[in-house]
Amino acid sequence: MSETTSVPSPGATGDRNISGVSIRLEGVTKRYPGQDRAAVDDVSFEIAAGETVMFVGPSGCGKTTLLKMLNRLIEPTSGRIHLGDEDVTDQDADQLRRRIGYVIQAGGLFPHMTVAANVGIVPRMLKWDRQRITERVDELLDLVGLDPAVYRDRYPRELSGGQQQRVGVARALAADPPVLLMDEPFGAVDPITRQRLQDELLRIQEELGKTIVFVTHDFDEALKLGDKIAIFDVGARVVQYDTPERILAEPAGDYVADFVGAGATLKQLSLTRVADVQLEPVTTALAGADSTAVVAAAQAAGDDFVVVLDGRGRPISWPTVAELSRTTTVPVTVDERLPVVGLQSTLNDALDTMLAASQGGVVVTGRRDSLAGVVTVETVMAVIQQARAEVAR
Amino acid sequence: MTAATEARPDGAPDGVPAEETARQADDSAARDGGWRALALQPALIGLGVLAFLVWRATAELSETEDRQLGATVLWNSIREHVYLTVVAAVVVLLIAIPLGIALTRPRLRRFSPLVIGVANTGQAAPAIGLFVLLATWLGFGFRTTVIALVIYAALPVLRNTMVGLQGVDARLVEAGRGMGMSARSVLLRVELPLAVPVLLAGVRTALVLLVGTATLATFIDGGGLGVLINTGITLSLDSLLISGAVLVALLALAADWLGRVVEHVARPKGL
Repeated sequence: MSETTSVPSPGATGDRNISGVSIRLEGVTKRYPGQDRAAVDDVSFEIAAGETVMFVGPSGCGKTTLLKMLNRLIEPTSGRIHLGDEDVTDQDADQLRRRIGYVIQAGGLFPHMTVAANVGIVPRMLKWDRQRITERVDELLDLVGLDPAVYRDRYPRELSGGQQQRVGVARALAADPPVLLMDEPFGAVDPITRQRLQDELLRIQEELGKTIVFVTHDFDEALKLGDKIAIFDVGARVVQYDTPERILAEPAGDYVADFVGAGATLKQLSLTRVADVQLEPVTTALAGADSTAVVAAAQAAGDDFVVVLDGRGRPISWPTVAELSRTTTVPVTVDERLPVVGLQSTLNDALDTMLAASQGGVVVTGRRDSLAGVVTVETVMAVIQQARAEVAR
Repeated sequence: MTAATEARPDGAPDGVPAEETARQADDSAARDGGWRALALQPALIGLGVLAFLVWRATAELSETEDRQLGATVLWNSIREHVYLTVVAAVVVLLIAIPLGIALTRPRLRRFSPLVIGVANTGQAAPAIGLFVLLATWLGFGFRTTVIALVIYAALPVLRNTMVGLQGVDARLVEAGRGMGMSARSVLLRVELPLAVPVLLAGVRTALVLLVGTATLATFIDGGGLGVLINTGITLSLDSLLISGAVLVALLALAADWLGRVVEHVARPKGL
């Protein structure tokens, strides 16, 4: 079981725990033989310790090439790369990479190794003793929300896409590297799972404060996860490098404006967290309780539905009062389609989840998946209207 | 958020993916089925050997036939045949697997069409022609036979080594390198284990080819069960001809079975 903690927006660094180091690029260039234009053309760039920076841009703009030059999977033609105070441009590449976590799409897990063996790869290379590796693996599986006792000895193919991706993140974090490089990690999972993985990453990042460089083609993902966003044009030219709020408010030129898209007011939904809006209170009932009392309570409160909780306070279904009045005890069945989001989810996620479930609201969970309240479509609309009004002013 | 909540959309109650139980059932069924198929083949081979022994004990044979099919002569022929096969197989493995690995490395990749072309020619040439040509050049005997067999059987091992390695998802190699594994370590711990099933299928094909082709050794004085067949043909003694053919077939089946057992055991778990 993992914890879902209520946190302020990730932009607020404040007194956060930071274990990352800064990254500094100086005139980094990558030229491939036989090509006129450099794939990455004289890029200078600085990423502060403990920040999550999102690389976005059209495909072929060199953002992935730039990312892979940070761990020297692609060697720069010229320029210097610094991690913290260290110039790592000429260090042994294998040694360097053991200090940089690397996450790729679908986790890139080795199919012939168990989850524990996959997570333990870097610690084994660093010659940790077996006891320490075992403990670290369990700790990390716990961190990414997988029960070690259940998942430790499984093979990747026995996991869902989302679970594989979690193991991929655990593996990258194994030797506690200060920097994490993520190359479109959540591109291959369904939208609901992706949203949960993003929430999870936010929570982990809040806890660990790594320096994360994250390549994505999904601008909403960039808005949600990034402390800063770097928008690239061809040759990995940095067009704008700023916080999500400022990129939305003051896009640097038509290129960025085009990238942000016409729905800039809607994009505000990706900046607003569920935790930032007023959650609606709701009548709750314990599974197996007496229906009549619950129906009476709901009617008294003026609610037309009830959220049913299991013994640990986790929402499992939300029958209407009409449905409930036809039963004698509150049903204990788990509604597989119950729309749920976490407190760190954005309103965009909440709206997506509602649309996917064809419901007018979503259940919000907080610590340990316990109920925090409900967000309705009206709340989301109100935020949109407010953003519109602000833009009009 | 927890695994449990994530599993909800696909319909499993508590952190257990819905497909998982089905998958495990599949898996154990496949494994059982695999072993059952593996048990059938030696039974058939045993039956064949038994049938041959019964025939040998009861058939009315001429003096020549009796001598040729006598325990000592027969046993020597079989031993020679197996020895030829094993030596050639070992040489094939020692050459073809490292060559296949080398030709899939980035630096040498451009040579692979050339080498595959040469290996293709080796196999496409009529085996008997290859044997005789080599013999006129290198002389008759065991050494030449082994060389001819190696040329003939190297292709499947070489090709399958390369195909198996090329079939490994490039992203896995990159993931390994990205974590700081050396190129050598990625090869030994990721690429080769994942290529094992395809590679071993090639080894099995080569073994069966070798057992069959080793019958031609008799023409260049290399011994083996081909002697029996050849004598049968020259002296018009069908009993010798058929005995030789049956024994070679049984030996090939046995080699094939051995290959399957190794494939089954060596197949990495989790695939």
